[in-house]
Amino acid sequence: MLVQQLLNGLLSGAVYALFALGFTLMFGVLGVINLTYGFYFSTGAFVALYATQYLHMPIFVALPFAAVITGIVAVIIDDLLLGPLRRAKAPELSSLMVTLGATLLLYSLMTACFTTDIRRFPPAVFNGGAFEIEGLRITLSQILIVVTVAIIVGGLAYLLQRTKLGLAIRAIAENGDAAQLMGVNAGGIVRIVSFISGALGGAAGVLIGLNYNAIQPYMGEMMMLKGFAVIILGGLGDIRGAVLAGFLLGILETLTAGYVASSIKDAVGFLLLVLTLWFRPVGLFGRVVAKRA
Amino acid sequence: MMHTLDNFLFTYQSLIYALGVNSLLALSMYVVLAVGQLSLGQAAFMGVGAYSSALLTLKFGVPFPVALVVAAAAPSLLAFVIGAPTLRLSGVYLAIATIGLGEVLRIFFLNWDYAGGALGLNGIPELAGFIWIFGALTIALAGFVAICRSRVGRAMEAIRADEAAAGVMGVNLPAYKLGALVVSAAIAGVAGAFNAHVSSFIGPNEYGFDAAVTILSFALLGGIGSPFGPVIGALVLTALPEALRPLHDYRLVINGLIIVCVVIYLPGGLLPWRISRIGARK
Repeated sequence: MLVQQLLNGLLSGAVYALFALGFTLMFGVLGVINLTYGFYFSTGAFVALYATQYLHMPIFVALPFAAVITGIVAVIIDDLLLGPLRRAKAPELSSLMVTLGATLLLYSLMTACFTTDIRRFPPAVFNGGAFEIEGLRITLSQILIVVTVAIIVGGLAYLLQRTKLGLAIRAIAENGDAAQLMGVNAGGIVRIVSFISGALGGAAGVLIGLNYNAIQPYMGEMMMLKGFAVIILGGLGDIRGAVLAGFLLGILETLTAGYVASSIKDAVGFLLLVLTLWFRPVGLFGRVVAKRA
Repeated sequence: MMHTLDNFLFTYQSLIYALGVNSLLALSMYVVLAVGQLSLGQAAFMGVGAYSSALLTLKFGVPFPVALVVAAAAPSLLAFVIGAPTLRLSGVYLAIATIGLGEVLRIFFLNWDYAGGALGLNGIPELAGFIWIFGALTIALAGFVAICRSRVGRAMEAIRADEAAAGVMGVNLPAYKLGALVVSAAIAGVAGAFNAHVSSFIGPNEYGFDAAVTILSFALLGGIGSPFGPVIGALVLTALPEALRPLHDYRLVINGLIIVCVVIYLPGGLLPWRISRIGARK
């Protein structure tokens, strides 16, 4: 029982980690909390839903397809909303407020188009098979989640640490002006990072949609709140911290649901958030220097 | 003459109350924005005020003024718990923590059976009225104008313009920011209590993210140069969907659009002017 719950916790933690990864990357490099990020999550799920339903794509094709489309959407939204503010060097809170307004706008538009009905993937997308290994139940979609998250996290770590593009991204994160003087194309890097984060958010949306098989426009909003808890616990902009904190939240949530009450499961993240802010605002690893007033 | 006025008030009663309550909420948002912070907990503070006062009058028969004091105190306490750790950090932390607060309170009210759970509270006595709501609004406005003209207002404006510089000049940043948040929570709580005691029903889903962003849109549309800006913003955004019925369904879309456009193209809002200070040099 405990092992099964730990396993389930690890699985939902994997998706939290994936979701928070794009979120924290966006903050770390672009320096803004982009609240439209939750919308990318919903977008990814919807694109995958329509791709499998009407274009009859197998899920292995639909997942990267949805990620790419969401990435492009993210670049467009970033250009429209944050581009002007970045050029005007507007204060941090302006960008937060713009993305906040945009979140409301995008969600309400999406609800107007798709209603709040819960949609499901066509049954043929994954045959819902499950394995039993020594009493542990694992579904095919859960395996898909773990494999995808492992590939993406590994790929991202490789990209950031081992490639020239990764070096440029880290340079922009460290000091945008200095990086630009060294010949880094800041505008290009901003678009690439927006694309990557959007794609990560979209992929997380597809995976959660698969796991719970319930897709609706506001699914990104609940996820957003967990995303906040994860990136604060991990330390704003800290990628390693976000992954670890994602797993931690997933496990704590399933344990709470299992041993305390499932109705307060969704409050765990917030409690974690407030505790972190009180006692360790720099996050788990404390690498990020929290800007003090 | 009296008769037509009575008729008018009766027909548009709920709209008039909504104008007053939303203006108060816009002012509560203004206090936080005036020190350069962003709180998305205004709806949550309002909800705490609404629930605490309604429970007191409905279940214990407590007199309305006493319930009103509790409606101001309870969210203030919450604001302190959230604000004390976050306001020492950069502005995004408060925004994030307060968004989370709203969602957690929604879950809390939804699961709290004593307070009606998902059904909310029904049959709250109609104790607040025109005098209460607009009296409070007048007092709040007058208070803020007085503050704007005082040393405190100057310090707040300095923080908004350049936090680091204000700190160097000896402004006690954490005290001002935390003070602003606590006062803002108290005002939002009172507005919530008024709302509960004129509409007779409150539910757990009225104080969520959408409501928080709507309150922000009031303040941003009006501009935060003076306390009158947010009130104008609230009046426009409350009356507009009533005047143009087709807009009603797209209320949230429009509120979102207004925030986006105002922040990018009209950072000063509709009323960008400041309150002048006698004797103050340019």
